Amino acid sequence: MLVVHYRGRPEAALRDVSLQARRGRVTAVAGPNGSGKSTLVRVLVGAQPIASGSIEIDGIDARRLGRLERARKIAVITQREEPVFALPVREYVALGRYPHEGPWRGATAEDESAVGVAIEQAELGALADRSTQQLSGGEWQRVRLARALAQGGDALVLDEPTTFLDIAHEMAMFELFAAIARAGRAVLLVSHQLNLVARFADDLVLLHRGLVVASGTPADVMQAHTLEQVYDWPVVVTRDPAHAGVPSLIPLRRPRSEAAQ
Amino acid sequence: MIRHLFWIGTALALVALVIAAVAFGAVPIPLGSVVDGLAGHGDPAAVAIIRELRLPRVALALLVGAGLGMAGAALQGSLRNPLAEPYLLGVSGGAAVGAVIATTAGLGGAATLPLAAFAGAALATGAALLVARAAGGHADNRVLLMAGVMIGAFANAAIMVALSGAPAESVRGALWWMMGSVADASWPSVAWLGAYTLAAGIALLALAREIDVLALGAEPASGLGLDAARAGRRIFLLSSLLAAATVASAGLVGFVGLVVPHVVRGAGVRRHRPLIAGCALAGATLVVGADLAARVLRPPGELPLGAVTAMIGVPFFLVQLRRLS
Repeated sequence: MLVVHYRGRPEAALRDVSLQARRGRVTAVAGPNGSGKSTLVRVLVGAQPIASGSIEIDGIDARRLGRLERARKIAVITQREEPVFALPVREYVALGRYPHEGPWRGATAEDESAVGVAIEQAELGALADRSTQQLSGGEWQRVRLARALAQGGDALVLDEPTTFLDIAHEMAMFELFAAIARAGRAVLLVSHQLNLVARFADDLVLLHRGLVVASGTPADVMQAHTLEQVYDWPVVVTRDPAHAGVPSLIPLRRPRSEAAQ
Repeated sequence: MIRHLFWIGTALALVALVIAAVAFGAVPIPLGSVVDGLAGHGDPAAVAIIRELRLPRVALALLVGAGLGMAGAALQGSLRNPLAEPYLLGVSGGAAVGAVIATTAGLGGAATLPLAAFAGAALATGAALLVARAAGGHADNRVLLMAGVMIGAFANAAIMVALSGAPAESVRGALWWMMGSVADASWPSVAWLGAYTLAAGIALLALAREIDVLALGAEPASGLGLDAARAGRRIFLLSSLLAAATVASAGLVGFVGLVVPHVVRGAGVRRHRPLIAGCALAGATLVVGADLAARVLRPPGELPLGAVTAMIGVPFFLVQLRRLS
């Protein structure tokens, strides 16, 4: 269980946010640009200090955990990561084992097997010896996912992991996230893709200006009036034609008279 | 396969260049006598030339190259900048200022000079990083380099000012030193540089996995449990210490830290522990070779070592710059 409660300065990106991500479930965090989604991720990475409040991992205050211990429990995929120096995919994935290594220790059998399992789970077998600079956008995101899986732990945090991916690659990634959650991890997914989130997430947290506006199942949260207020744009929420009981969001065009102004 | 070839080939090249560098000089020594002379047999004059003149010079060149190669690899990886190296980042320039100030203040001993150079290097790199940050160029590799080149130019100016009042004789000596040279090598300076290079090199090898992680970027590194800011500072300081120690004993030898890591990475050595070790080996080979070239190319005079490495490094830099943009 992960509880984030962060309260900062008046202009803070997260003012009063409380949420939890449970094992075995995909918990999605959505909201407009600047709503505090990425700040939430930065807090979880430890790159951003908390003004007040706490993060708990399995009931333990994260600040009482050392950095490495925290990294052994939560793996995070940040929004942007551009490789500067090429590495073979397998060695890149093996970097996920860093929090388990000592300064001089080589890879143990446990490390090797974690790397192998991660490569398999992310469906990268054919690419294991390829260089990270010879990957397509979709392959690179899967390689990053594999690194996070190799890191181990019970929680996986993903910040906009499907930006720049086409439909097939995006769907494949979401299927992977769901499979990872089913295998027992808590998956916290920050995403703009409300319609995919509605299909794949078990819980949805809607952020706006650093506050939680709504949380619950996607069907509960994705109400037209809530979304219109939060995104400041007219929308219609219908039913997903492919999945019973799943809401689907359609942003509307402005009426012609208004658009002309 | 190419990796094994790199290690074996570079080691053989180093051995061959060391022997050639000992044999060549104003008094040529036949190859057969070189081995005898190294062991202390044969013509006493040859033994003295080898042991007191040629060998310290070769050893100094070897250490300078090893130090600069390791510093370059560590800086490039931790700063995520394939163009980073001590000379271009202003580290060496700052070290030179520190060393000149220490020399004019009468603190130019083989032990203290590297420390003064290190203080200057640390100040210069701190300034370069601050300037780059103020310019908002954290994401752009080239801004940090511009800041470094500017700091280096300022350091040069500071040295000129410091020397403008000095007697002509010492200006000439200092100028030679600013162009980089291992001609004045002596065993004590070799021993001190060896100690600094060994200590900082081992420390960098111990931190090599942190450099692997830092090379992913600050946020991914934090996600893996590394205190990226602290690790970055530590590696920066160690690299500066290495560079400063080489500057204190051989002056400004540029571009070795730039060229060598690219060559070693190109041979398939990617993780930073073998990369740093490989850069020590390849850097030593490059500088021993460059110093030999400096002595051979225009007899009976010598070219400045820094000029030879720059002749190799500048075209290389331009190729890398093209590849970046």
